[in-house]
Amino acid sequence: MEVPILKQGPYLIASIQSALNDADLRFLRDNLVERVGKMRARGVIVDVTALDVMDSYASRTLRDIAHMTRLRGAETVIVGIQPEVAFAMVQLGLTLEGVATALDLEEGLEFLTRKARAAARETAERAS
Amino acid sequence: MPPEEAVAVLEERIAILSDSDVVRARQVGRSLAASIGFSQTDQALIATAISELARNIVLYARLGEVVVDALRDGSRRGMLVVARDEGPGIQDVERALEAGFSTSGGLGLGLPGVRRLMDDMKVESKRGRGTTITARKWLR
Repeated sequence: MEVPILKQGPYLIASIQSALNDADLRFLRDNLVERVGKMRARGVIVDVTALDVMDSYASRTLRDIAHMTRLRGAETVIVGIQPEVAFAMVQLGLTLEGVATALDLEEGLEFLTRKARAAARETAERAS
Repeated sequence: MPPEEAVAVLEERIAILSDSDVVRARQVGRSLAASIGFSQTDQALIATAISELARNIVLYARLGEVVVDALRDGSRRGMLVVARDEGPGIQDVERALEAGFSTSGGLGLGLPGVRRLMDDMKVESKRGRGTTITARKWLR
């Protein structure tokens, strides 16, 4: 099950549509890390609203995506973790530490925009 | 464990041969949990537990099976999840149940995490003979 990746401005949006097996998750990871370079993206949103289970493998792969894309110069934000999924994750001890999360796509875009603005301000301050 | 009666008509067996079967096992388990009457939250907990157990089979034993069934104990209703393989077995069950222990370089949260997701869990393992993990969750 391939995850469609859309480009919106400087951002990539990956919307997971249905349950993914481990191979699908690895493909998504590699695909995103590659496309960040190819499309010169500054941010990545992974929308997991459709996922009804986030187990240790999925959680670890999302964390890897966030860390790998950051090393490529793009921020990743995970959006749409459902309440019962969040509950199960906490019971399992999966906290996605060090990974940005937002309620939904809208909040995720807002987060990336804020990040970009802050970075631009920093650059401007350093230049002056 | 108190005596209980498995309602055999609801029993489902899922052969675990690859990571796609991990997804199938948790989907079958989730729909059984829903038909027993578990809440959305409990369905997610059970499905996540099945996912972890089935993945352990793929990772450590390569093949095995997951059996899910409805439970009835007097007026109590619940769900049974059994993950069975004939893999190398767990060397030290006590240690595998300690938080933070993992032999696959994973998050080290496997079995203790599954135990938190379910109401109870029993691990039987013989070196070289395989592992059977039995977990239950009751309707509240």
